[in-house]
Amino acid sequence: MIRYVLRRLALLAITLLITSAVVFALTQLLPGDVARLILGREARPEAVAALREDLGLNLPILQQYTDWLTGFVTGDWGRSFISGSPPIRPLVMERLGNSLRLAALTLMISVPLSVFLGVIAGLNENRFIDNAISVVTLSVVGLPEFVTGLVLINVFALGLGWFPASATAPPDASIGDWIRQLILPAITATFVLMAYIVRMTRAGVIDELKKPYVRTATLKGLPRRTVIVKHVLRNALLPTITVVALSFGWLIGGLIVIENVFSYPGLGRLMTNAVERKDIPLMQAVVMVVIFFFAIANLIADVLYALLNPRIRLD
Amino acid sequence: MNDHTPIIEARGLSIEYQIGRAWLNALHDVSLTIYPNEIHGLVGESGSGKSTLALALMRYLANNARVSAGSILFDGTDITHTPPDRMRHIWGSQIALVPQDALASLNPSYTIGEQIAEIGRLHLHMNANIALSRGIEMLRRVKLADPESVAARYPHQLSGGMQQRVTIAMALFTQPRLLILDEPTTALDVTTQAVIVDLFRELIRDTGAAALYVSHDLGLIAQLCDRVTVLYGGEVMASAPVQDVFKRPVHPYTISLLASLPRPVNPTSGMETRLPTIDGVAPSLAGRPHACVFAPRCPAAIEICHDEKPALESINGEHMVRCHRWREIVAGSLVIDTSPTLIQLDAQPEGGKVLDADHLSKTFRAGSMFGRLTGRDGIRAVDDVSIHINQRSTLGLVGESGSGKTTLARLVVGLETTDDGDMHLLTAPLNPNADSRSRDELRHLQMIFQNPNDAMNPFMCVGETLARTLKRLAPEPLTTDQIDARITELLQAVRLPADYATRYPSELSGGEKQRVAIARAFAANPALVVADEPTSALDVSVQSVILNLLKDLRRQQGASYLFISHDLKAVAYLADWIAVMYLGEIVEEGTAEHVYTPPYHPYTEALISAIPVPDPTIRSKQIRLQGDPPSARDIPTGCRFHTRCPRKIGAICETDTPPYQDAGDGHFIRCHIPVEQLALLQHDSPNPILESQA
Repeated sequence: MIRYVLRRLALLAITLLITSAVVFALTQLLPGDVARLILGREARPEAVAALREDLGLNLPILQQYTDWLTGFVTGDWGRSFISGSPPIRPLVMERLGNSLRLAALTLMISVPLSVFLGVIAGLNENRFIDNAISVVTLSVVGLPEFVTGLVLINVFALGLGWFPASATAPPDASIGDWIRQLILPAITATFVLMAYIVRMTRAGVIDELKKPYVRTATLKGLPRRTVIVKHVLRNALLPTITVVALSFGWLIGGLIVIENVFSYPGLGRLMTNAVERKDIPLMQAVVMVVIFFFAIANLIADVLYALLNPRIRLD
Repeated sequence: MNDHTPIIEARGLSIEYQIGRAWLNALHDVSLTIYPNEIHGLVGESGSGKSTLALALMRYLANNARVSAGSILFDGTDITHTPPDRMRHIWGSQIALVPQDALASLNPSYTIGEQIAEIGRLHLHMNANIALSRGIEMLRRVKLADPESVAARYPHQLSGGMQQRVTIAMALFTQPRLLILDEPTTALDVTTQAVIVDLFRELIRDTGAAALYVSHDLGLIAQLCDRVTVLYGGEVMASAPVQDVFKRPVHPYTISLLASLPRPVNPTSGMETRLPTIDGVAPSLAGRPHACVFAPRCPAAIEICHDEKPALESINGEHMVRCHRWREIVAGSLVIDTSPTLIQLDAQPEGGKVLDADHLSKTFRAGSMFGRLTGRDGIRAVDDVSIHINQRSTLGLVGESGSGKTTLARLVVGLETTDDGDMHLLTAPLNPNADSRSRDELRHLQMIFQNPNDAMNPFMCVGETLARTLKRLAPEPLTTDQIDARITELLQAVRLPADYATRYPSELSGGEKQRVAIARAFAANPALVVADEPTSALDVSVQSVILNLLKDLRRQQGASYLFISHDLKAVAYLADWIAVMYLGEIVEEGTAEHVYTPPYHPYTEALISAIPVPDPTIRSKQIRLQGDPPSARDIPTGCRFHTRCPRKIGAICETDTPPYQDAGDGHFIRCHIPVEQLALLQHDSPNPILESQA
């Protein structure tokens, strides 16, 4: 098991190295000269040349990459191109904190709810309740986030006034406060995630119910409740772990629409801003952070899966 | 008659399944009674309803099933309509099931100890510690070595035989009054099966329980059961004491089934035998005849059999039979021909060598980088094995699972590449790797797989499958007309109607699929066909059809076979030369008569002794191999068989490699015991393969 984790960690390092090269290469392909971009179209050629020299843009491309990578690993993420050229790291870290808070709340709502609905659906395969759950979750996921988000804002923020329409969660806010702030975007994200997790859980339950060990458990004389909770769910929920991990990656970097609808300062919005302004160092940093969390979430999911599955753990 | 009350009784039981909107009869008017201390055998082919009946006796029905008539009485109490939440006080405490597939029947995520202790906590209200130690005691009772460590392990960490013992220990935990054993040894090796069956016999006698033993293996039923019920198409064909069923069968189905069992037959030279077979296929749930269900396949069917359903009648109070013509059969005025057919062999020139494989070796390296670098973890599947096959002859390869027989076959067809050794096909050197073999080499070497369901592309109809092989392998390109003509010819050769060319695999029965697989193998006139357990996935009544077909094709096409099977009788029927493998090595080879009669290798002796004889009056001798074969990762020193050998003579077996002794006529035995002495030791032992001919 320890060897398994070590091997997965080594693979994680390799994954990050390769993606960093890809990210760097892609940003190099963007059109336009960076120095001219920063200084503006009216800048004198000498000033542009001086800035190019200053930014290290004249160095060989491989050295630029290694410089950027060492900088990134040692915590020097460079400065943003936007006016005032603030250092990138604190900016990204602040946004990361916001994204993590929203992701955490979303998972706390969506995972128990979806797993519950999935289990109910799976246990009642093709009956009314199963069909009802499928129809509802699939209709909700079919609606774009800006529609569900705006409906929630209209009803609960503007109409009933229970929650704020735009979400901000300062780090020093109390827990109750930030849950109140984040509940509407979290519910919007839950609507998107729910269908996947429900489907996965439902399929897992249906699959496991067909296996002979369930008959063994029943014919031992165990009450139906024990058969389901102890024997079936123990195995049926394993694949769901992977789906949840993938969702976590999406929650960190992919909530662009939701963050915009609720004007929430998360990583997704930071990324769109960086792209709009061709702020290359910022883009690189955000993408690397998102990829890092994506990979870590997957690693944790795989290790958890192996820990809960003796067939892998004790292989 | 028995004076005490039956433990379980089914009276005129009918069960229906809902398929789509229709309700189809799975069981019709089934009656069955089991008394304490009695082992009742239930025989039937797939689709006969035997599993449905076995579970119905526990009042366990599928969601889409219902009892449409009759009743089930457990211990005198009617449980026909008892709901599951009341049945669960009986399940696991008074009625227990030993399932077929032990690994799938155990929860992969809990330890053996937890899964067995659960029963004690539930039914006997034990606390966790006591339940676990009682569980360990049960594991010891089913003769598992080191039960404490077994209890701490997970199902996938045990061998098949150990998993099956665990399910037995679980079933016996509460000393149930009724045990339902649903093909509990079908997935095991004969040697393991023999040990498990001994265990059943002993434990069932000890507890005084009643048992229902479901199996398709007539030999096993004959050896184990007191009374037998034969099920066909959801109806009881016959039910009688075991002696009556096997020695005085009355129903045409029972008679034909017993006659079709593969066995060695040695006709005069120049002749070949064919087993009697049962034509046709068992009816599907939707297609059961309204009159006698067996009539369409019955050799004795007359008009009334197709018009009217016969009643289940009693011959003498003990023997029940459902047949319109039983009186004629009992009186002897109707005799169903069960003698093998003799076929005159054409005089053929002495064939040359088809395959020479010399000193083949194959070691599988485990996947890990560490293992590969250090050379550890190697599995020596085949170790310096030589085989030779002549034209129009058959080499039979036998051995337990893990003996390397399948790997050897894969080396020959080039699916695995040899590490060492060389092969000649028709005296020309043969490339070890299938990918780099020429069209001719591929054409000459064809394979038939064990499971016909997995060996065919489900999206290609039979004609397309055969056409593809013809296009790829025919020596010269064929026109479309030629291909169509050849397909018709091939289907005819495997006795399938020509219109089967347009059928898809899902529209064929198991036996029909295997016939298509055989037609495919013969499409391009091969020289050698490798058949890996081609009959073991098929029903008993179909096995003899396939074996006969293989014999016919050998005669007509002049092909040779490398025939691999764990069924020593099927091998004896088809093969003229037999090699016995153990842990990657051939331990004995020779003609069928030599290998199956003493003197033989102690391992061959144990294999033969483990075969259950389909004759309750013959008890095979009790040579039992304890434990599983050692892992090929860690092959014992000296004689590889010494760790399990019942005839081990001393330290020499552990230290020295045994000589490959020449017993004459090409018969070789790899053993330290001199051939003459083996002959003396073994001469008085009954031979289940040869004696069951009668």
